[in-house]
Amino acid sequence: MTATALPDVAVRDASEENPWARAWRRLKRRKGAMVGLAVVVLFVLVAILAPWVAPYDPIATSWSLVRKPPSWAHWLGTDEVGRDILSRVIWGARASLSAGLVSVGIALGIGVPLGLLAGYAGGWIDSVLSRIVDAMLAVPFLILAIALAAFLGPSLSNAMIAIGVTATPIFVRLTRGQTLAAKVEDYVEAARAVGNPHWRIALRHVLPNIVPPLLVQASLAIAGAIIAEAALSFLGLGQQPPSPSWGSMLNSAQRFIAQAPWMAFWPGFAIFFAVLSFNLLGDGLRDALDPRHK
Amino acid sequence: MSALLEVAGLAKHFPVRRGAFGLVSGHVRAVDGVDFELRAGETLAIVGESGCGKSTVGRLVLRLIEPSAGQVRFEGEDLLALSDGAMRARRQRMQVIFQDPYASLNPRMTVGAMLGEPLMLHGLAKNEAARKARVGELLDLVGLRPDHARRYPHEFSGGQRQRLAIARALAVEPKLIVADEPVSALDVSIQAQVINLMRSLQQRFGLAYIFISHDLAVVKHIADRIAVMYLGKIVETATTDELFRNPRHPYTRALLAAVPLPDPTAARERTLLEGDIPSAMNPPSGCRFHTRCTFAREACKRDEPALADDGQAHATACPYWPEFPPPAVLAEAANRDADRIRLTRLQAAFVNNQQREAS
Repeated sequence: MTATALPDVAVRDASEENPWARAWRRLKRRKGAMVGLAVVVLFVLVAILAPWVAPYDPIATSWSLVRKPPSWAHWLGTDEVGRDILSRVIWGARASLSAGLVSVGIALGIGVPLGLLAGYAGGWIDSVLSRIVDAMLAVPFLILAIALAAFLGPSLSNAMIAIGVTATPIFVRLTRGQTLAAKVEDYVEAARAVGNPHWRIALRHVLPNIVPPLLVQASLAIAGAIIAEAALSFLGLGQQPPSPSWGSMLNSAQRFIAQAPWMAFWPGFAIFFAVLSFNLLGDGLRDALDPRHK
Repeated sequence: MSALLEVAGLAKHFPVRRGAFGLVSGHVRAVDGVDFELRAGETLAIVGESGCGKSTVGRLVLRLIEPSAGQVRFEGEDLLALSDGAMRARRQRMQVIFQDPYASLNPRMTVGAMLGEPLMLHGLAKNEAARKARVGELLDLVGLRPDHARRYPHEFSGGQRQRLAIARALAVEPKLIVADEPVSALDVSIQAQVINLMRSLQQRFGLAYIFISHDLAVVKHIADRIAVMYLGKIVETATTDELFRNPRHPYTRALLAAVPLPDPTAARERTLLEGDIPSAMNPPSGCRFHTRCTFAREACKRDEPALADDGQAHATACPYWPEFPPPAVLAEAANRDADRIRLTRLQAAFVNNQQREAS
């Protein structure tokens, strides 16, 4: 009997879709996630197109327009030096979103390789890295970010670095845990048996299988980073005046909260929606990427 | 002709760590001194209960885990002396098939990428086109279609996944394949297909198999020789025919007695094993089987029996086997006919009853 004489069993007629296509199909079914995604996309577009969609120069002052309530000329009102709040919120989206993306990018860029190394190599490397992570996680997130930002000096890019470094340990820990779970899978042992070198097993066989939880954590971390950037800017450690950011707008608004509440309302509203939509997206991704959900 | 694989004194003791400081409080002696040989093109089955160390032997031979002691010589070369890189190159000659085809295929790799990887690693395909052609050839070899290369593992059934795992093992044209319970996760109807596939591939490519299984009925169809393991040691080895016809070790006899027979009236030895396999952390003294052995005597608790060859390639780790009564298969042949008549009558009555109820 030869192998080719075996009956050709029909392959189950599942559509030929890769795991990402399936996740996308499942994500589309979740209303919350799609609303979140839509708002995120909207914010990103507004941030990118700020020079064209903003009706006024965000840093142009006008002494005749100080703290005017919303009107047809200035939809969201003006601030204490007569700048258009709508324009500042739009330009502020740049600072906030880029702070969110860049700092989480930094956290992923440092955290994932270290977590992969700790989880895959184990031994003393794992012990050393894990103790450092424990120590960093023992300090409250914002306190550590403020300390780092203050140490680096007040500027938006330093704030991003501070937030990114502060957000790193959680990614190290998550990646390490997922790697520990993945490396005992049969397919990893099979990859070894086939003759893969360790670096290739880590990058080609372990990493692709732990991406889903990392993606979820990243989208939630962006929300956290946006809040952190707002907090740092509020404290004067982030975006420097006169450039707008939602946090620094809140900072200047607090002195006029009784006389000009619109100054505080709109940036706060923007922060709220950006964070909410990233969280919705993250929750949806978590469900869509979980193989146990059907 | 020298052996393809020689294993001597192979042992693996897993340390058991307890407490906050990870102090080693004992060792699980999963494999404790195993010797065997395998010739090219031959199939050696390793059988035993769960936890007897048979899968560990498979992994040790491939050096997927590092042995605590012993020697593994493959094509005359000591594998344990090789560096990491040199060992990786040798993996072209020796491959593995795992038990669970749902766990052994990377869910995020297409079939084509999975089968192409070993070709790339060992430089077996010059370019993309050659690799693709070879992947198609491999799929054809295991009864799948070349266009399946674009699919992901979750689109295949269990039997098909096991065929994919076999194709991956074959990709590098190995001399030895360690098959760790390759069919126990599959339906019985699919088991036969996969076993037949493995046999035809063996004939075609002169493969040697180490076939690890707990199921003697499956092993009978594929193995040339069988090694029976108990608590990390081999207790009996013989050719398949000889072992089934003439089991000597009490443990082998108990295992054979537990194989289901298609004939319900067949009389057989009733040496069912009682109790669980003892802990490999603290194995019994003397003969490790004495706690469950029907024929155990005082000396068994004291003396550890060696695996003694009778000169005809049948080795038994029990010095008392010639004294045991022969296995009771076919013993009560007279009663069997009476039993069979009674069974036929019962079946007829049952069928009649059913028909009456139906009408």
